[in-house]
Amino acid sequence: MQKDIQNSNAPSGANGYSNTTATLALAKASFRSIMRSPSAVVFTLAFPLIFILVFGFLGGGGTHIDVGITPGSDVNNPVIGMMEKTGMIRLVKDKTKAEFDKLLEKGNVDAMIDVHRKVNAPAYSVNVVYTSASRDKGGILKSVLNNLFYDKTLKPSVAEIRESTITGREYKTIDFILPGQLGFSLLSTGVFGTAFVFLSLRQTLVIKRFFATPVKRSSIVIGEGIARIGFALIGALFIILLGHFFFGFTLIHGAVTVVNMLLLATLGVIVFMGFGFIISGIAKNESMIPPISNIVTLPQFLLSGTFFSIEAFPNWLQPISRALPLTYLNDAMRKVAFEGLGLWDVKFQIMILLIWGIGIYAVAVKVFKWE
Amino acid sequence: METPKAIISVKNLVKKYDDFVAVQGLSFDVYEHEIFGLLGPNGAGKTTTLEIIETLRDKTSGEITVDGFSVDKQAQEIKQIIGVQLQAAGYYPNLNLVELIELFAGLYGADIKPMEMLEKVNLQDKAKAKYKALSGGQKQRFSIATTLINQPKIIFLDEPTTGLDPQARRNLWDLITEIRNAGTTVVITTHYMDEAEQLCDRVAFVERGEIIALDTPDNLIDQLVNSGFERKKEVKKANLEDVFINLTGKEWRE
Ligand SMILES: Nc1ncnc2c1ncn2[C@@H]1O[C@H](COP(=O)(O)OP(=O)(O)O)[C@@H](O)[C@H]1O
Ligand SMILES: [Mg+2]
Repeated sequence: MQKDIQNSNAPSGANGYSNTTATLALAKASFRSIMRSPSAVVFTLAFPLIFILVFGFLGGGGTHIDVGITPGSDVNNPVIGMMEKTGMIRLVKDKTKAEFDKLLEKGNVDAMIDVHRKVNAPAYSVNVVYTSASRDKGGILKSVLNNLFYDKTLKPSVAEIRESTITGREYKTIDFILPGQLGFSLLSTGVFGTAFVFLSLRQTLVIKRFFATPVKRSSIVIGEGIARIGFALIGALFIILLGHFFFGFTLIHGAVTVVNMLLLATLGVIVFMGFGFIISGIAKNESMIPPISNIVTLPQFLLSGTFFSIEAFPNWLQPISRALPLTYLNDAMRKVAFEGLGLWDVKFQIMILLIWGIGIYAVAVKVFKWE
Repeated sequence: METPKAIISVKNLVKKYDDFVAVQGLSFDVYEHEIFGLLGPNGAGKTTTLEIIETLRDKTSGEITVDGFSVDKQAQEIKQIIGVQLQAAGYYPNLNLVELIELFAGLYGADIKPMEMLEKVNLQDKAKAKYKALSGGQKQRFSIATTLINQPKIIFLDEPTTGLDPQARRNLWDLITEIRNAGTTVVITTHYMDEAEQLCDRVAFVERGEIIALDTPDNLIDQLVNSGFERKKEVKKANLEDVFINLTGKEWRE
């Protein structure tokens, strides 16, 4: 009744209507609705978790061992020749000592080898440095070398093998897989979720009913956005914590790393939601959403380093990979999580995401439909 | 009787959809605290007219004021003092009735208790149900509840009884009458004449976008009778609907 009296007395214009209240009411409603929608939960959580489980248990796929040859090492000797023949060992040459040290520390090379002819003797001395960042592969290399050492043809020429281990960070499969899955989860939530919601709100005339209230269009978009981002962040946090506590996902700076990852996730979802707005505008009905969304998500799923490092792709594919926004989100996530970089250190990746965001929203504003 | 005050005034309203003229120069006033009926067959232009007054569609030409506010310049003010039931509208998916009412309370900036709103339309037992799970009559009652959230001066009901069974229809008439008795002006569209005769203080007949008659149901009937009209068959004291209601009972069925 209070309200009525106010209304009749107010001249015109503002009589206490709050856009914030309206926006938050929408965010709350939308969030409740998302939490009860099976498809949203499946896309955001179940899907990435399955991949994380699979890869978490399978461990690192095709085994090859990257062995760096210490600068100054003898290269034309039977030891290195035999190592090459195993087919399992990839030799990494032509890098400086400093570069090798970094690679070794991160586990990007699994060991360093240094071979020298012993003074006054025909035999060689082999010096191997392993890294704790890659214990599994170090172990394999060790047994390979032991076999070589006892190999009859080599035996006379190898005098000794000296081994040592440096401590580096252990880079596990999960450290690669989890950020990729997280990125993909954000992409699906942003694209599918947003596209479905806005198309269905438009088609079922929910939005039309909203327009009969004093709510602003911006409140509708922002309210939905808040709910979607909130949901995506809860999903992200869940994935990160599960990965950390059950699969040993590396969080170098602990909580700070998590916060940085969530900030990146927020930027990611906002950018990806733009695709969703566009798709909701061009799709004529709900059955058109999955195919159109897949055009956006599948290439990124495959080419943005979700499963494999994009360096593993053929050269002609790499420029495509490097054009996709998810590539940069994944990249930034990995750098922040594993290498412990701050957000400022991944400013290049953030900038590319922002450029994508501006482009996407420029299109979204043009093609988005309210009715 | 004192002269009634017009709360809605429509003058020469024209609406074209491309070349098609859906509304051709409508003029009428709706008085404060009355139940005003727009009657006419499907496609007559009732929904179009209503939605233009509700500021949901643009008009081609004409002048409309709602409680002194112009639809052209003061749409926002109008939205705050009206309640709207659309002929076809959905509600936010996956939410129950209480949550939907909370959402609308937020959208209107109204401070209400959701359960009280549901009680007004006798849906308190369905508080935790989803809109989709309601019967036709319950859906319409819920829609009416959402129109009352901002304590509006006027509510617009677009064919609220279409598709309902006789009990649900009568039940809705009672509800609408209560709302009017509480001081709210009601604008309703229907193509059931018995409903208009029972419910409306004044009715306008709309045909192909034009008003062909506007008066109280009594006056319209009297005019016809005075012109010498007679029903072919002697009217009995009851009709088949009365029999149906009498046999099945008047209580709510949902
Ligand atoms: N958005 C629209 N575009 C084109 N024609 C429309 C549109 N809405 C309604 N019409 C046409 O305008 C006429 C009046 O429609 P409407 O106002 O819905 O009638 P009623 O509510 O009386 O059944 C109909 O012929 C309908 O086909
Ligand atoms: Mg209609």
